[in-house]
Amino acid sequence: MIKAVMVMNTQGKPRLAKFYEYLPVEKQQELIRRVFAVLCGRAENVSNFIEAESIFGPDSRLVYKHFATLYFVFVFDSSENELAVLDLIQVFVETLDKCFKNVCELDIVFNYSKEMTLLENIFWIHTILDEIIFGGQVLETSSAEVMKAVEEISKLEAASNAITLIPKSASGWRSR
Amino acid sequence: MGSQGGFYQSKEFLDLVKSIGEARSKAEEDRIVLSEIETLKRRISEPDIPKRKMKEYIIRLVYVEMLGHDASFGYIHAVKMTHDDSLLVKRTGYLAVTLFLNEDHDLIILIVNTIQKDLKSDNYLVVCAALNVVCKLINEETIPAMLPQVVELLVHPKEAVRKKAIMALHRFYHKSPSSVSHLVSNFRKRLCDNDPGVMGATLCPLFDLITKDVNSYKDLVISFVSILKQVAERRLPKAYDYHQMPAPFIQIKLLKILALLGSGDKQASEDMYTVVGDIFRKCDSSSNIGNAVLYECICCVSSIYPNPKLLESAADVISRFLKSDSHNLKYMGIDALSRLIKISPEIAEQHQLAVIDCLEDPDDTLKRKTFELLYKMTKSTNVEVIVDRMIDYMIRINDNHYKTEIASRCVELAEQFAPSNQWFIQTMNKVFEHAGDLVNIKVAHNLMRLIAEGFGEDDDTADSQLRSSAVESYLRILGEPKLPSVFLRVICWVLGEYGTADGKFSASYITGKLCDVAEAYSNDETVKAYAVTALMKIYAFEIASGKKVDMLPECQTLMEELLASHSTDLQQRAYELQVVIGLDAHAVDCIMPSDASCEDIEVDKGLSFLDGYIQESIEKGAQPYIPESERSGILNISNFRNQDHNEASSHSLRFEAYELPKPTMQSRIPPASLASTELVPVPEPMYPRESYQTPVPSVSLDAGSSELKLRLDGVQKKWGRPTYSPATSTSNSTLQKTVNGITQVDGASTSNSRTRETYDSRKPQIEISPEKQKLAASLFGGSSKTEKRPAAVHKISKASSHVMEKSHVPKYSMEVASEKTASVQQPPDLLDLGEPTVTSTSPLVDPFKQLEGLLDTTQVASAVNHGSIAAIESPDMMTLYADTPAAIRNSDLLSGLSNPSIINMPGDTTTTQPMQSSKGPNLKDSLERDALVRQMGVTPSSQNPNLFKDLLG
Repeated sequence: MIKAVMVMNTQGKPRLAKFYEYLPVEKQQELIRRVFAVLCGRAENVSNFIEAESIFGPDSRLVYKHFATLYFVFVFDSSENELAVLDLIQVFVETLDKCFKNVCELDIVFNYSKEMTLLENIFWIHTILDEIIFGGQVLETSSAEVMKAVEEISKLEAASNAITLIPKSASGWRSR
Repeated sequence: MGSQGGFYQSKEFLDLVKSIGEARSKAEEDRIVLSEIETLKRRISEPDIPKRKMKEYIIRLVYVEMLGHDASFGYIHAVKMTHDDSLLVKRTGYLAVTLFLNEDHDLIILIVNTIQKDLKSDNYLVVCAALNVVCKLINEETIPAMLPQVVELLVHPKEAVRKKAIMALHRFYHKSPSSVSHLVSNFRKRLCDNDPGVMGATLCPLFDLITKDVNSYKDLVISFVSILKQVAERRLPKAYDYHQMPAPFIQIKLLKILALLGSGDKQASEDMYTVVGDIFRKCDSSSNIGNAVLYECICCVSSIYPNPKLLESAADVISRFLKSDSHNLKYMGIDALSRLIKISPEIAEQHQLAVIDCLEDPDDTLKRKTFELLYKMTKSTNVEVIVDRMIDYMIRINDNHYKTEIASRCVELAEQFAPSNQWFIQTMNKVFEHAGDLVNIKVAHNLMRLIAEGFGEDDDTADSQLRSSAVESYLRILGEPKLPSVFLRVICWVLGEYGTADGKFSASYITGKLCDVAEAYSNDETVKAYAVTALMKIYAFEIASGKKVDMLPECQTLMEELLASHSTDLQQRAYELQVVIGLDAHAVDCIMPSDASCEDIEVDKGLSFLDGYIQESIEKGAQPYIPESERSGILNISNFRNQDHNEASSHSLRFEAYELPKPTMQSRIPPASLASTELVPVPEPMYPRESYQTPVPSVSLDAGSSELKLRLDGVQKKWGRPTYSPATSTSNSTLQKTVNGITQVDGASTSNSRTRETYDSRKPQIEISPEKQKLAASLFGGSSKTEKRPAAVHKISKASSHVMEKSHVPKYSMEVASEKTASVQQPPDLLDLGEPTVTSTSPLVDPFKQLEGLLDTTQVASAVNHGSIAAIESPDMMTLYADTPAAIRNSDLLSGLSNPSIINMPGDTTTTQPMQSSKGPNLKDSLERDALVRQMGVTPSSQNPNLFKDLLG
């Protein structure tokens, strides 16, 4: 079972946090801090796995992937396979990529156009994640299937709010 | 800050997010978020907020909480949003509540109705959203309210809904297995769903169910195998391909399930061989996900009933992983290796250099994984290298959690395989010095016990040497600042007990040191207490030996201080010391006998020394004592008990408060102490009598071994692996069967790989640096043939030293010898369990001759150890592979026997021995053996669960 999904930037600021077992906010923050402390001590070119039992308790493993300024971190137990979870991160990022063109921090936080606000971005990221991991179990691993499901929802959104999922351009914000 | 309140709300929030994103410090971020909270608090409770705006506020709350601030003031608004008719508003509300609330939150009650309604919605997207919330926010009490709808959804036309309904049901099962226990058949049904996605989802709950109860799902083996076959043969729609692999995530789940179902089940495993072999062949090892599947195949192969061909494929994949440049694959390779060595231990040898590379890798994760592997493959020949490496690493890291873990592993390995006392004490000193207070106090007690009882050496000189070297090393270490409390306790105890024993150090020197300790660590009362008691012992020994005692001035100051201490414990110790010093030699010798820490203190539970007094009182007219059971009101129960034992024992619960405390370990271990206290008037009638009729030891030969084995149950090991699982003679036979199976196959694969591993195969590696080779040799050298020989001796010594607290020496070698004879005389089919060589050589050996040889050289343990030390020290790898230890043993130990192949026997048979002798077709021989051993003052404990563990890996 997947215990948590976190996305944080290279300064340790949380950009997405989802815990599949309830944890109080303070505890969540502490875990994010501790994970970050370990992550920033990792050299380049080492494995993507971290021994996580000291942070998350017995039977926990951690896999992370570093994209541009972001760390994607999945925490899970022995019922998952590390290499496979690494690919699951890949599925998640690929899907985000398809939705938001280019995943780096600017895109997750600032990717919006005049039609689409960041609020929807957070909302959509959670929506995408919910299609991949459901109640802590891996539900869907095909990026195309996830996209299809998310698009179904976004059509509704578009219909009611005239907002499209795929932003026209993020360049306006990037150039700042 | 972005609350200019422009008409375009999104702009306002974008500014907020931007300012947070650009915040230079945590403090700045906090300031921004706090002011945002103020804004939201004000705005969110305004009347008539448009939905769109409210939605934005809620998302802003999500952001506030993600950054670690409290957004609870807005929870109720999120809950309200879930009631909205618009799906998008509802979804926002649902998302927020799943992030904000937990299943026991008070507000949940306000959502339950909405969820129920939404689960029945015509719009499947609404249903999916509701199912998502169900997973997160439904607890045991609310499950029944949702259950019927969720079950209905299992047959919903949309596969997305079916998938999620299965997951929701799975979640219910997690939270309260009983609530859905009647519904598990649904999971089986969904396994046949037309949609592969739904089938894949079903594997998640099935995996959990099978983990809990394998046997109920054996019938599904065929189905799982056929599904896996279809997946692997690409019968699923193309959409399920991932990086050119057919549904790899489903393959992985299926392999995990098969691993569970095939574990220890030959028939089920045989059904799996073909498909697993196919996957091994077909799997694309160039992609990450392909390797994930391959890794899972290895896990499966190492879990199911072994198949030589699959093991070979697994070994190939492992070597590919280990040779890879990717750290991830190396990590998986090391992990896979540690799984596989359980079945084929010799496989590690092929990868020795790769393993050492991983050990020296800068990647901490990989290093730790490698230590885990080394821990699993430690044996007496490589324990020194491995433990030294572990300690080096332990000293370098700051992570307390891992430090604790690795320290306890060092201790465990050192206890189990230590080649010499000196080494053991030095190792323990290092562990205590660097991991100190992280180490379990039990370890310290074990160390003290070891120093007190000796290592199983033959003569007392070895023991006293051990003690002297301990004392010397401690006196040296005391010079260092800031020692951990636990370590200081050990030091104080040892100095008190043995500081002056060998006459090397004067009493005043030792007492001076002890006073220094008490002074330097004056905040630590426990250490002070240990120091005072040690002082008392030193003085007592001095007085008892007739010397005049002069208390050092600093000691007097310490005493004065302690006599006025706030701690009553310290005060009492100080007073006792004062009294002891005033006594004469004889009295002191009685209360503080020298070197008596291992003597049993006989507790006179009957208080017979009071008999005279009682007699006197009764003569004076006092009422005699009426046993509890005979007192009025309870009288009938004792009669009742005689009629029905079971009834009585259930009644007896009521009286437990009056029972004597449960016999402590001390009194349980040596049956003599139980027997000597014949008078246990109160508790005895309360126990069902049968179970407590322990025969007097060293009398009955037939009852002997099994009875004694039973008594070992639950007895804590003082010297060895902490996991001392009690094994009764009944469980023994079942264990044996599995051992049979595994070792038989093991034997086959061993011979396979032996033929492969000629010396030539190592030639290409010759350019490797000499240090590395040396390390490899010391880690892997000696190879499987010498495996754990001395360890077996140690273990036996451990087991037997439980039984008789302080009777070391001759028994160890005796026991080994006698066990050997027993095993040698087994019929050959039993011997077949072990390595094949055993069978072939057994007829050549005259067991009694061997026994004699061993009895002559009484230091089997140490001699064997010397052999292994020599092996480790030798720099030449090749000679190590030529089985040096065996050769040494040959000349040293069994000079009468020249055939080197015989020499392999003792160790091997010792390891396999326990089950054989416990079954004991040769009854007479084993009885004789028992008698002989008993004469030596030893109780045979042929049953050592650790040996099974060794066999099983």
